[in-house]
Amino acid sequence: MSGPQNEGVAASPDVVIAARDLTRRYGKSTVVDAINFNIAKGEVFGLLGPNGAGKTTTILMMLGLTEISAGRVSVLGFDPARAPLQVKRRVGYLPDAVGFYDHLTAVENLAYVAKLMGLSVAERSQRIVAALTRVRLLEVANKRVATYSRGMRQRLGLAEIIVKRAEIAILDEPTSGLDPQATLEFLDLIRELKAEGVTVLLSSHMLDQVQRVCDRVALFRDGRIVMMGSVAELAVQVLGAGFVVEVEAEGAGIARRLAAIPGVGNVETLAEDRFRMTAEHDVRPDAARAVVAANGALRRLSVDEPSLEAIYARYFQAAQSGGVRDAA
Amino acid sequence: MRREGSAFQGAGAVFIKELSDNISSVRMLMLELLIVLTALAALYEAIIALRQNTAEDPFLLLRLFTVDQAPLPSFVAILGFLIPLMAIGLGFDLINSEHNRRTLSRILAQPIYRDALLLGKYLAGLATIAISLTALWLMVIGLGLIFLGVPPGGEEIARSLVFLVIAIFYAGVWLSLAMLLSIVFRSPATAALVALGIWLFLTVLWPMLAPAFAQAIAPPDPRYAALGIDTPDTVIWTQLLQRFSPNDLFGEAMLAVLSPTTRTLGPVFLDQLRGAVMGAPLPFAQSVMIAWPQTVGLIACTIVLFVAGYVLFQRQEVRA
Repeated sequence: MSGPQNEGVAASPDVVIAARDLTRRYGKSTVVDAINFNIAKGEVFGLLGPNGAGKTTTILMMLGLTEISAGRVSVLGFDPARAPLQVKRRVGYLPDAVGFYDHLTAVENLAYVAKLMGLSVAERSQRIVAALTRVRLLEVANKRVATYSRGMRQRLGLAEIIVKRAEIAILDEPTSGLDPQATLEFLDLIRELKAEGVTVLLSSHMLDQVQRVCDRVALFRDGRIVMMGSVAELAVQVLGAGFVVEVEAEGAGIARRLAAIPGVGNVETLAEDRFRMTAEHDVRPDAARAVVAANGALRRLSVDEPSLEAIYARYFQAAQSGGVRDAA
Repeated sequence: MRREGSAFQGAGAVFIKELSDNISSVRMLMLELLIVLTALAALYEAIIALRQNTAEDPFLLLRLFTVDQAPLPSFVAILGFLIPLMAIGLGFDLINSEHNRRTLSRILAQPIYRDALLLGKYLAGLATIAISLTALWLMVIGLGLIFLGVPPGGEEIARSLVFLVIAIFYAGVWLSLAMLLSIVFRSPATAALVALGIWLFLTVLWPMLAPAFAQAIAPPDPRYAALGIDTPDTVIWTQLLQRFSPNDLFGEAMLAVLSPTTRTLGPVFLDQLRGAVMGAPLPFAQSVMIAWPQTVGLIACTIVLFVAGYVLFQRQEVRA
């Protein structure tokens, strides 16, 4: 990982966040251990991993809110440890379980942070109304935040980022604790941000949601990034193949014939008449042909897109049994 | 290496928001009611007492502050007791409430330094107390005008203004302490209890403990006891130890400023008083000079406690 790139942090104009051997130690324990990544402009990047894997600490280092023990990170070309105000002026942050001043209304809460951002009075009120409209909180804008639901609070947090007109939005566990409807709405808002060219950094352990919005993900474990790439790339890395095809068919010797299809990794026999195979591409037509050729009765043929959940489960299962190959 | 931008950027916004929160809070209303009602009772007693013997006292207005009529202590003594309560009430959850509401990381992700948040909050607390104390001070002068019917002289106003300034710094000591505790303890209840514990210890227990310690350090000499006077060493030690309490410093400074006849705050030898016209008031500047060490002590204590809190807060992790 450390190669010639190591020299010019954020050399490419497209890279908005670049971390080089970024490390954070608390006493003797290393919470973030020499991680490297580049995030390109306009990308939705997911930080995944179990609780305590170092995701939030990484985010706080990017914002200059916690000290960097070793290594470097550059955000929009600025060093957050040296020029925190420049970074914080351009980056919006929605913390995990965000809190607001409950005795103030949504407008008053936003007005306070807008003041801290240094916006003028006219600019403030105009941006706040626009942001509240976008997150659909305008009708309740003058109600105290104490009356807000969890989903409304998260949307209010997003409104703050919109008021800031942030170039990078960092969202820490934005959908945890939301009901499915609120989650969908929130993911739509994230997509809208992306459509505007905002780079989104998202940390989560809700895998299917991350899969739905993220262009690329980084998988954290014990302070290290163990895997990074698009979901399809990770699937090939971890599952050995991208597609899982399930066949339900009766007949003799079907498993053997399925295994012979080019591109098929392995075939598991789930029951007498059910088989699961992993393949590099969608092999359903070949599977159908193979079953028919064996004079079998084809009952069902289904394909699973590579799922982050499967990747995650497989990876951590393998890691626990100690048989993981170094994916880096 | 210098950091970019001003450390005070955003401090104004924090100050205004916190001040409006403080002033509109129920907590502040209760504290104000407590202080105003107790102070009114003390003033009422003082006015009754003063009306009965309107001798030719040149500092009638100042007497309003210092006269005590059993069972109530004087107005100044009541303030010495209640100002800490007010400061602790405003300061005990200054920082930890931001942690607990989970607003801290969101606010610090705005383009401001932590200095601005801390300073804005501290100054808002101090301004709240200053406003209340100024209102109280105006009330005393107003009541004095109405019930005593004597217009205050320039020197009286000057002395009572010095009282106001020292009282604000005295509040600053306790506000700094409460803020420090709100940084150290994540739970507001713990911070409040520890602050109240320190307050009770310094205002109630310490004045009793200090003489005991002083006697242990410098045992009373039986020869002085036979003469019926206190051993000078013991007296000096007692006073030294008592001055560790801000309450004592405030009391001494008030005595010097509000009672113009006060010539010294410690024990003196008789020959040091040679030539002094006993009972004659000191000029204003001389009284201020007597109160100056105590005032500096209060200011220094405020700064030291604030800096301790500042350093801790800068190094604190923002995550909950």
